[in-house]
Amino acid sequence: MSKPEFVYVTYIETTPEKMWEALTDSEFARRYWFGTEVRSDWKVGSPFALVSDGKTTDTGEILEADRPRRLSYTFKHELYETMREPATKVAFTIEPYGNLVKLTVTHEGFVEGSKLLGAVSTGWPAILSGLKSMLETGKPLAIPRAALGKEELAKEELDR
Amino acid sequence: MKIEQFKPAIVYTIYIAATPEKVWEALTTAEFSRKYFSGFAIEADLKIGGAFIARAPDGSVHISGEVIECDPPRRLTITWNVNWPALVEKLGPTLVTYEIEPAGEAVKLTMLQSHDRDISDDILSGGRAGWPAILSSLKSLLETGNALAIKMQPPERMLAALKEMGIGTP
Repeated sequence: MSKPEFVYVTYIETTPEKMWEALTDSEFARRYWFGTEVRSDWKVGSPFALVSDGKTTDTGEILEADRPRRLSYTFKHELYETMREPATKVAFTIEPYGNLVKLTVTHEGFVEGSKLLGAVSTGWPAILSGLKSMLETGKPLAIPRAALGKEELAKEELDR
Repeated sequence: MKIEQFKPAIVYTIYIAATPEKVWEALTTAEFSRKYFSGFAIEADLKIGGAFIARAPDGSVHISGEVIECDPPRRLTITWNVNWPALVEKLGPTLVTYEIEPAGEAVKLTMLQSHDRDISDDILSGGRAGWPAILSSLKSLLETGNALAIKMQPPERMLAALKEMGIGTP
């Protein structure tokens, strides 16, 4: 039985440089990441944060920043108590594939019985589908925030 | 065949700016599949027990199967058996389910590949590599009008594992 992790592969018609920009430019990311800002200076060792509606939802530290090939950071959820588990790791691998880019996202290091794993397994496909639509069509994907799956967990917290 | 005995081994979710009807059409007709699915033509008789075929450009049948569940445009389950000697005999049938749900103005498409027994990671590696390519290309086709030309390497790890089991690979 392999360790719990989430892996997502997508192919996008773009360049590795544009892909890197899309993942690290806060203004651009807001348009496909459901209004979330990605904040960092993207240097190894620097802090990293996801900020949504003025609230910090997740934090971490940059582990690798090999532009435009590979980006990775630790990832710790901060907002919902039920998902405040030990830090995990997110890695983006950007490979040229003819005139396309193959993007592999690996999110690993979850504890047994992780609630965060379920949330990110729901969230990443929505975020990355939005990223693909932005890069290929210039238009954001009009899917509701509920697609991130965190609303159910938030509701659980409120119901306690 | 008892569907309950089948468990998902590969799951891939993708959101597409299209209507459920359009996504259904793209998954079940040759006009679309030839563009995003490496030239294979899907021929589907969309009723329970109907034939579901993926035909190669040379006219040969690459994947043959049968419709198990059909609820347009929401859910389709088919057997998805690659036409290699002894494959179904040794691995059992493969089921593919497409779930199509509205998600705001877009569609959430979930593909589930299921088996009635444990299948090794080596054998699953073929599908794990293939499905993201097929469905990424389908998304691009529906959103931009152009499918992606993804040059896939042959899935060597899967082919070697199948060969070792005595399954006739090309």
